[in-house]
Amino acid sequence: MQQADKQMSRPGVLSAVLSIFNTSVGRKVITGLTGLGLVVFILGHLAGNLSLFIGAEAFNAYAHKLESLGPLLYVIEIGLLAVFVFHIVYAIAVTSQNKAARKAGYVQHGDAGKPSQKNLSSQTMIYTGLILAVFIVVHVVMFKFGPGMGSGYAYELHGEQVRDLHRLVVESFKNIWIVLGYCAVMLLMGVHIRHGFWSAFQSLGAYHPRYTRLIQSAGVLLAAALALGFFVLPIYIYLFVELPTV
Amino acid sequence: MSNLNLTLKIWRQPSPDAPGAMHTYKVDNISTHMSFLEMLDVLNERLVKEGKEPVEFDYDCREGICGTCGLVINGVAHGPRKLTATCQLHMREFKDGDVITIEPWRANAFPVIKDLVVDRGAFDRIVAKGGYTSVNTGNARDANEIPIGKEDADKAFDAAACIGCAACVAACPNASASLFVSAKVAQYAHLPQGHPERERRVLKMVQQMDAEGFGNCSNHGECEAVCPKGISISNIALMRREYMKAALKTGAAVV
Ligand code: HEM
Repeated sequence: MQQADKQMSRPGVLSAVLSIFNTSVGRKVITGLTGLGLVVFILGHLAGNLSLFIGAEAFNAYAHKLESLGPLLYVIEIGLLAVFVFHIVYAIAVTSQNKAARKAGYVQHGDAGKPSQKNLSSQTMIYTGLILAVFIVVHVVMFKFGPGMGSGYAYELHGEQVRDLHRLVVESFKNIWIVLGYCAVMLLMGVHIRHGFWSAFQSLGAYHPRYTRLIQSAGVLLAAALALGFFVLPIYIYLFVELPTV
Repeated sequence: MSNLNLTLKIWRQPSPDAPGAMHTYKVDNISTHMSFLEMLDVLNERLVKEGKEPVEFDYDCREGICGTCGLVINGVAHGPRKLTATCQLHMREFKDGDVITIEPWRANAFPVIKDLVVDRGAFDRIVAKGGYTSVNTGNARDANEIPIGKEDADKAFDAAACIGCAACVAACPNASASLFVSAKVAQYAHLPQGHPERERRVLKMVQQMDAEGFGNCSNHGECEAVCPKGISISNIALMRREYMKAALKTGAAVV
C-alpha cells in the first residue's frame, strides 16, 4: 500500500491530474464551465451597457469606476482572458476531433426529429464561436484600446477629468455599418447561447427529466433576451442620441 | 394496401479497402407488410438469379432485440420510425415511387467490411475494458436478498435495454459513442452489484472509447432520437458525473 502511494506521488502528478481534462468527458467539462462563465460575463456586460440609457454621466462614471479598480481590474481581466482562451482552445480541439471522427460521410443527411436537440444552433457552434472571437478582438481594440483622454476624449466627472467613453460609443454607433455589424454579431451570439446554455449543463452532468426541459426553455429565452438586450443600445444611439458637441 | 415500386440507392463496397459508390436498383411489387430487410431479401434473390453479387447487410434475430441490424435509411439511422430497429421497420412506412437511400453506419471507428456491413468490434473492446463485476460464489443466493428500490431498478433496467446496435454513433454528427458507453456505465451505477469496480469501470471505458477514435459529445441528442430502445441522454450526464467523481478521486483519468 505504502509502496503504491509512493509510486503515485512520483513526478508527473500534474500531468496525471491534467489528464482528467484530456478525455472526451473532461474536455466538455471545460467547455461547459467556461461557457457558463462567459454567459455570466455577458450578462454583467449587458447590465453595464444599459447604464448608457441613464445618460453620459452615468455611463462614464461606470466606466471610470471599473478603470479605478486598479490592480483588481487586471486580475479580473486576466481571469476573463483565461476563460476565453480555455473556451476557445478546447472548443476548437473538440470540434476538430469531432470532424475527424467520421472521414467518410453520408451521401444523404437526415434529422431524426424529437426528442433530438440537433438544430441550426447546435450545428454551427464553431462558426458562431469563431465570428464571436473575431468580433471580441475588434470590439476590445475599438473601445478598450480606442482613443482616450490624450486624444481629447475627456469628460468632467465631479470636477475630475475622466475618459469620455460615452462620446466614443455614440460616435461609433452613428455609423450605420457599425450598428448593422454589431447587431448581426449579437444575433449570432444569441444563436450560440441557444444551444450552448442547456448544453453546458448537460456537459457538467446536470440532467433531470423535468429541470432539463426548463433549462432548455430558459436557454431559448436567455439567448433571445441577450441578443435583444444588446440590440437596443446601438439602435437607440443611432436614432435618438445627439452627437455630443466637443 | 397496394404494393410499392421503389428506387433504392445503396452503398456498395466490395471490400474494406476498395472504393465504394452508391448504386441504383429498382424493386417492384413490394408488399407493405414486408419488413425493410425482407424488401432487401427480394432484391438480393433477384441479384443472385441474375448472377450478380447480392447486397451484404447485417441481421440476426429480426425481432428488434439482438442489435445486429442497422442501416442508415434516407439519412436517418434505422429509418423513419421511432423506437424501431431496421428489421422491425415495415414497408408501410414508405410510399409507392419513393427513392430510398441506404448507407452503412459511418464512423472511423466502424470500418466498412463490405457494402452495408461494418465492424463494430470497437464496442466489444469498450465493454471488455469495463471489466468484471465481483459476485459472491458458493450457493446460489436468494433472488431478492439485496433490496433495490423500484426507481433504481427501473433506471438500471432502462439503461440495460441497450442492444449495442450503434445507431447512436451512426446518427451522431460527431460519431460519438457516448450514449452506448453511458448506458453500459449506467446499468451498474444504480445498483449495488459491481459497486467495488465502479470507478475503474467508468474510467477504463471512457479511455477505451476515446482510444477507438469516436468523437466527443456535443449534446445534439440525435442519438436518443434514433435509439430503438429509447436510451435517454440522461445516461450521458450520469456517465459524466461518474467519470468526474472517479477521476477526481483517483487524481488522474486512468486508474
Ligand atoms: C460570448 C462569448 C461566448 C459564450 C457566452 C459562449 C458560450 C458557450 C456555451 C455555454 C457553450 C456550451 C458548452 C458545452 O456544450 O459544454 C459553448 C460551446 C461552444 N463554444 Fe462558445 N461561447 C462564447 C464564445 C465562443 C468563442 C469565441 C468560440 C470560438 C471558437 C466558441 C466556440 C464554441 C464551440 C465550438 C462550442 C461547442 C463545443 C462542442 O461542440 O462540444 N465560443 N459556448
